[in-house]
Amino acid sequence: MIFLNQLLQGVFLGGYYALIACSLSFLFGVMRIVNLAHGSIVVLAAFLLFVLADRFEISPWLALIAVVPAMAALGWLLQRFVLDRALRGGLLVPLLATFGLAIVLDNALFETFGADTRSLSPFIGDLSFDSWSLTDDITVGKMDVLILGSAVAMLGAVSLLLARTRIGRAIRATAEDPGTVELIGIDARAVYGMATALALAMAAVAGAFLAMRATFDPYTGGAQLIFAFEAVAIGGFGSLWGTLWGGIALGVAQNVGASIDPSSFFIAGHVTFLAVLVGRVALGRVAA
Amino acid sequence: MKVQRWTPQSGVFIAALGAMVLVLAVGPTWFSAGVTDRLSALFVYVILGAMWNALAGYGGLVSVGQQAFFGLGAYAAIRLSHADVPVYLAVALAGLAVGVVSLAIGEVMLRLRGGEFAVGMWVVAELAHLLVNLDPLVQGETGTSLIALNAIAAEARRAYTYWLSLAAMVALLAVLFALLRGRLGTAIQSIRDDERAASSLGVNVLATKRIVFVLAATGCAMAGALWLASAITFQPKAYFSVQWTAYMIFMTLVGGIGTFEGPILGAILFFLVETFFGGRGVWYLVGLGAAALAFSLFLPRGIFGALEQRFALRLLPLGFRVVERTKP
Repeated sequence: MIFLNQLLQGVFLGGYYALIACSLSFLFGVMRIVNLAHGSIVVLAAFLLFVLADRFEISPWLALIAVVPAMAALGWLLQRFVLDRALRGGLLVPLLATFGLAIVLDNALFETFGADTRSLSPFIGDLSFDSWSLTDDITVGKMDVLILGSAVAMLGAVSLLLARTRIGRAIRATAEDPGTVELIGIDARAVYGMATALALAMAAVAGAFLAMRATFDPYTGGAQLIFAFEAVAIGGFGSLWGTLWGGIALGVAQNVGASIDPSSFFIAGHVTFLAVLVGRVALGRVAA
Repeated sequence: MKVQRWTPQSGVFIAALGAMVLVLAVGPTWFSAGVTDRLSALFVYVILGAMWNALAGYGGLVSVGQQAFFGLGAYAAIRLSHADVPVYLAVALAGLAVGVVSLAIGEVMLRLRGGEFAVGMWVVAELAHLLVNLDPLVQGETGTSLIALNAIAAEARRAYTYWLSLAAMVALLAVLFALLRGRLGTAIQSIRDDERAASSLGVNVLATKRIVFVLAATGCAMAGALWLASAITFQPKAYFSVQWTAYMIFMTLVGGIGTFEGPILGAILFFLVETFFGGRGVWYLVGLGAAALAFSLFLPRGIFGALEQRFALRLLPLGFRVVERTKP
């Protein structure tokens, strides 16, 4: 029973990983770049929400209505002034530019907010610790359920957008070949701008849940990038639903690892990620 | 028409470089203690910049996990010294030991490309950090020290570390230079520019990447062990920090990625920035990040790359140039 509980908690933790990985997975799918500033952007959104809650006493849920569009606007600017130029510089420049951006964001946040760890959990009432008891041994946190639900909803919404809408078709076509879509009247730069805006809007939601379920500080971004990346990689690059399964695999691996030996929580996650890579190498199937 | 490698300019430069190394070699006999320490740090920075550049600038492999080897190098020195290897021999051998380990890491990681390799290496660094923490000798984040160094007088210790750092820097740069000047240099740059085309021309992609990867890993590990020889204390968090890779990227991008001289110039600039602004808290790190971002976007060949183009500099006989024979 305890093992079953570990497994279940792992699935819910995986929901969180999938949630923070949505943005990374989507941006990679569309623009073929790994955004190394992803974790720092998530933390930036968390700090924005924290300031609104702490100084202006605005509930995080309400604040999201302002922060999500603000982050989307930032995404559009990021594409216009950084990624667009970086993409024209070849394969490596987007990596170098977004890594530079991550260093700027992390350290600027540190200078502004200091080293204190923060959390949004005091601002959301009972939700942060309320749970349902399924049996004597198994309890399920309401926040955990909400996070897993949000991850599924967000991935579902993006999949629907890509599959069913006009802009979705434009995004898929541009991902396929940005040069050719120009011939049929699609402005690839505008599509990339919208895609990056959408990616940062998703990062804002991820930042909200990061801040509500746990604590964060200016240097939390690196770890978030790694977890998100592991979820995307385990699930398979370019697959949105794969990211959900990848996140769950990672969460379960960490929890099972920790149940064997408490110090091996993170080790088990990283080893699983590397094992998946080795497996793909052995089978000769590595996503480009 | 003829093809030229050596120019009078590069001849003079090499001679000047040799003279400078000789002067630096006798440095500890007349430098102050502070200058000796700072120069040892500079040599480590040059190693880090040059190794990261070898990987990214020549091999096209951007890694944000080179701190894995920096940390493992320091750890290997601790372990070797604990096994009663004479302490400076332990520092010298640590890099080679980690180089052997990196062969296995490369076997998996080198099959990844672009961003996957970049972040994948970061995961390797995190894993290496967590595993080193498990060693009872290290005691988790508490860390340990290179205790054997206590037996040596501070003055001698300073000079030995300096000489070892200088020797490692010169040796690594020489090996890199020799490799780049030969077949491997052409092969690795062709892979960077177009992997498929290189492979179709008969370049063994994996074997070529492996050589550069192992060299960069060995160099970063030597740098880590040398840093430990100055700092003495080993706290895993400080050695396995991604900050080290941030420094390497700054040095390479600002100096000039894909040029041999660039990262050396970048290391000197980083050294100056750190010396003058290091005390101002993390604003200087914001500046480093912003500089890396700006250089990657607006001056992708860095300061040296721009100078090289503007003034037709050929300081080292690395490339080839075609010159028209002037009539007598």
